[in-house]
Amino acid sequence: MRKNMTFHKKKTAVVFFCCAALLAGLVGRLVYLMVFRSGYYAEKADDLHERERDIKAARGKILDRTGTVLADNRTVCTISVIHSQITEPEKVIDMLVKELGLTEEKARERVEKVSSIERVKTNVDKETGDRIRAMELDGVKVDEDYRRYYPYGQLASRVLGFTGGDNQGIIGLEVKYEEILKGIDGKILTTTDARGIEIGEIGESRVEPVAGYDLTVSLDRNIQEYAQQEALRVLEQKEADAVSILIMNPQNGEIYACVNVPEFDLNDPFTLNDGTDTAALSEEELQERLNQMWRNICINDTYEPGSTFKVITAAAGLESGAVSLEDSFYCPGYRVVDNRRIHCANRKGHGSETFVQGVENSCNPVFIDVALRMGVDEFYSYFQQFGLLEKTGIDLPGEAGTITHRKEDMGQVELATMAFGQSFQITPVKLAATVSSLINGGCRITPHLAVEARDGNGTVIQSYSYGKGERILSEETSEKLRYVLEQVVSEGGGKNARVEGYRIGGKTATSQTLPRSANRYISSFLGFAPADDPQVLGLCIIYNPQGIYYGGTIAAPVIQSIFENILPYLEIPMEEQKAQDNG
Amino acid sequence: MKTKMDRRGQREDREIPHAPADLLLGFLVLLLLALGLVLLYSTSAYNGRVKFDDAAYYFKKQLFATLLGLLAFYLVSHMDYHRIARLAWPIYGVSLVLSTLVLFVGREYNGSKRWLALGPLSFQPAEFAKVAVVIFLARQISESKRRTDTFRFMALTMAMLLPIVGLVGTNNLSTAVIILGIGGILIFVSNPRYLPFVGVGAAGLAFVGIFLSLESYRLERLAIWRNPEAYEKGFQTIQGLYAIGSGGIFGRGLGSSLQKLGFVPEAQNDMIFSIICEETGLVGAALVILIFGLLIWRLMVNAVHAPDLLGELICTGIMGHLALQVILNIAVVTNTIPNTGITLPFVSYGGTSVLFLMGEMGLAVSVSRSAAGRRR
Repeated sequence: MRKNMTFHKKKTAVVFFCCAALLAGLVGRLVYLMVFRSGYYAEKADDLHERERDIKAARGKILDRTGTVLADNRTVCTISVIHSQITEPEKVIDMLVKELGLTEEKARERVEKVSSIERVKTNVDKETGDRIRAMELDGVKVDEDYRRYYPYGQLASRVLGFTGGDNQGIIGLEVKYEEILKGIDGKILTTTDARGIEIGEIGESRVEPVAGYDLTVSLDRNIQEYAQQEALRVLEQKEADAVSILIMNPQNGEIYACVNVPEFDLNDPFTLNDGTDTAALSEEELQERLNQMWRNICINDTYEPGSTFKVITAAAGLESGAVSLEDSFYCPGYRVVDNRRIHCANRKGHGSETFVQGVENSCNPVFIDVALRMGVDEFYSYFQQFGLLEKTGIDLPGEAGTITHRKEDMGQVELATMAFGQSFQITPVKLAATVSSLINGGCRITPHLAVEARDGNGTVIQSYSYGKGERILSEETSEKLRYVLEQVVSEGGGKNARVEGYRIGGKTATSQTLPRSANRYISSFLGFAPADDPQVLGLCIIYNPQGIYYGGTIAAPVIQSIFENILPYLEIPMEEQKAQDNG
Repeated sequence: MKTKMDRRGQREDREIPHAPADLLLGFLVLLLLALGLVLLYSTSAYNGRVKFDDAAYYFKKQLFATLLGLLAFYLVSHMDYHRIARLAWPIYGVSLVLSTLVLFVGREYNGSKRWLALGPLSFQPAEFAKVAVVIFLARQISESKRRTDTFRFMALTMAMLLPIVGLVGTNNLSTAVIILGIGGILIFVSNPRYLPFVGVGAAGLAFVGIFLSLESYRLERLAIWRNPEAYEKGFQTIQGLYAIGSGGIFGRGLGSSLQKLGFVPEAQNDMIFSIICEETGLVGAALVILIFGLLIWRLMVNAVHAPDLLGELICTGIMGHLALQVILNIAVVTNTIPNTGITLPFVSYGGTSVLFLMGEMGLAVSVSRSAAGRRR
């Protein structure tokens, strides 16, 4: 047997030191992994262990100017079953059949399916959810959730809009103010093992949801409701396709009401409002029909305004000096422009008349003359100055732009027809906003709905102020315009809009839609009150009325009836009262 | 420390033929065993509950093996290692027979035939082979009449290992590598020269390179090693890294690992160190490495103080075996080297491993007793 030599010992020591060095190296590696890379790996590991369940944030309410809730939330429940935790499957199946109306077969399938969590039904009302929870069945989960609820159903349906399955806004204010309304979803984090089973002792951590902000809008539930009634009445009476009514404050652009009848039910927005059986339609057809139903024609669609546009031509003519109130005109029933005979509504002619009388009579030749006096350049520059080429900037999605001739394509004929509101298209809201800006003293306003957003404690988070914009018309011309338009109601074609005790200004319109041969008309009336200091402006448009179709006959009474009710409601003093107050 | 203890031994135990052996080594082994059992219970409780409805399933089996191991430790440490070494050839022979047997009647588990069933117990011949190789080589080298510094000697010694390496390597490549490593270390120690080993090392590396490139799946393993997150087969490695990384400096606390809950597959086996990292943090993991380091140091001290070359080589072989397994295991778990299945001594689940490791420790103590006795 050999002796062990010194070199043996040395070499053993060498081996040892190599091993020790390697172990030290591994400790270094651990330091790298557990100190410098710790964050990265720990996060990945947490992702792996944690199951996230969202807690939906309550969506902010939408309130009208009086504080009435127009869009609210209702608590609904989601019922789920967790296969691995069910101890009494028959009882659970029985419950699903009795409480949720599932078929025995379906319920069994859900209960017996091996999955970590099976969602059985969503949007179950709270009472049912509470009953199910009270049964305390193992493996049955009842999660509360919010669902949008519109207390007034059809009211201002296209303005408010509705929300989809994930509570996200789809049309209207709901989508425009999504960021304000939606809030921040919370989370429930639970830790699970590799099989997805929650680990009880670690418990769950919650990130509480932050509720969305409440949005106050300028709509007035009472005005909206009354305008809607009136619109429905005339819709039925005149068997029209649709009736739109806009009521707004011409001083600041706040919209009090925006009606488009027939409205649809916001609590059931996927059912067609004309009673069509949706089952008979193909998916695309149905979607197309729904999109049509959801359109806000006051904003999303353009039309030929017809005679109501004469307000704008008059403003341009008066401002440019092309015409004065006393100028006299002669109407033979038509005007020949570039060898084309353009008729007046009154084929027999109005004969000799002043400008004021011309407006009262809504006489086309008078406005043709005014426009021709101005010429294409000047007329177009006012068209531009009054903002008619731009959108109003209303805070609703999908505003349509103006469709008109390019300036270089405008000849005398185009100029003449535009003067009385034909051969171009604008949206109803553009017309209302432009007229508002012209009669309010001459400053541009932006029509809008949002007033302010508040959090749950009532603290104002954001207020939406549009103020008065740039001046587009002089004070004097604005005053003359108000005078002329008051004459229209007191003496001319708008007399059906007269309201006892108030000074009303306005303009009627009756226009034939294209193609002219179809004999389809759009009748409208635009009015404002009081005529000397406009506080309310209303526009009523009746699409394709049957029988008598003159705007002054069928649209003016609608605005008359609305004004009769809302002027006192808005506490706008009557003339006698004003006189008394002054006296 | 050793010298101090020896001196005390000289003073107090004059009459006793064998001085108290390496107490520190014994203490370290017991500490590792206790720690190992605690960590194994913590790691395996979930798997035991899930698979066998008994959280202590793995723990109980390991405890049984540990008790057997303690008995073996006690018995072997009181034997004269020379008497054991005289049985080197039979031991080596038995190991060859068992390793052959397992190829034919072995029990398969996780796709590998590595176990011989003996009634309710099962036995891994590969674990026995490592001990056998240590004893056999120590004996062969120390008894050899030839010069030990020749290439011929080195080659012949290595050649004697080839049968067992081949047999074990058939279904357990990692253990075969460790056997080769033990052989390499013993040959290195027995040879006074250094230079040839540089050549041997280079040849070894070249061999590994060729070996890897021969089979595409081995190259794939390399690719997985470099970027485990990109491969499905990197799952185990990645889960181990998640466990290590989420431990941080102080860990989640004993018993609080999440990765052991089925994320790290078979966490009680090769990957147990990752769970130690997760539960006890960098501090705990470094302490475990320190204890292993101390144990290896004690083995080195015993080797150096052995009364003869046989004793020294036995201790060095045991040290090499332990060190290789600890280093390779931790290197794999931390993805420092490509994945290969090597258990962590005393801690990973595995009865045969614990039993024979305890036997080896007993052998080392036996050498230390002899050394102490001799110097008296």
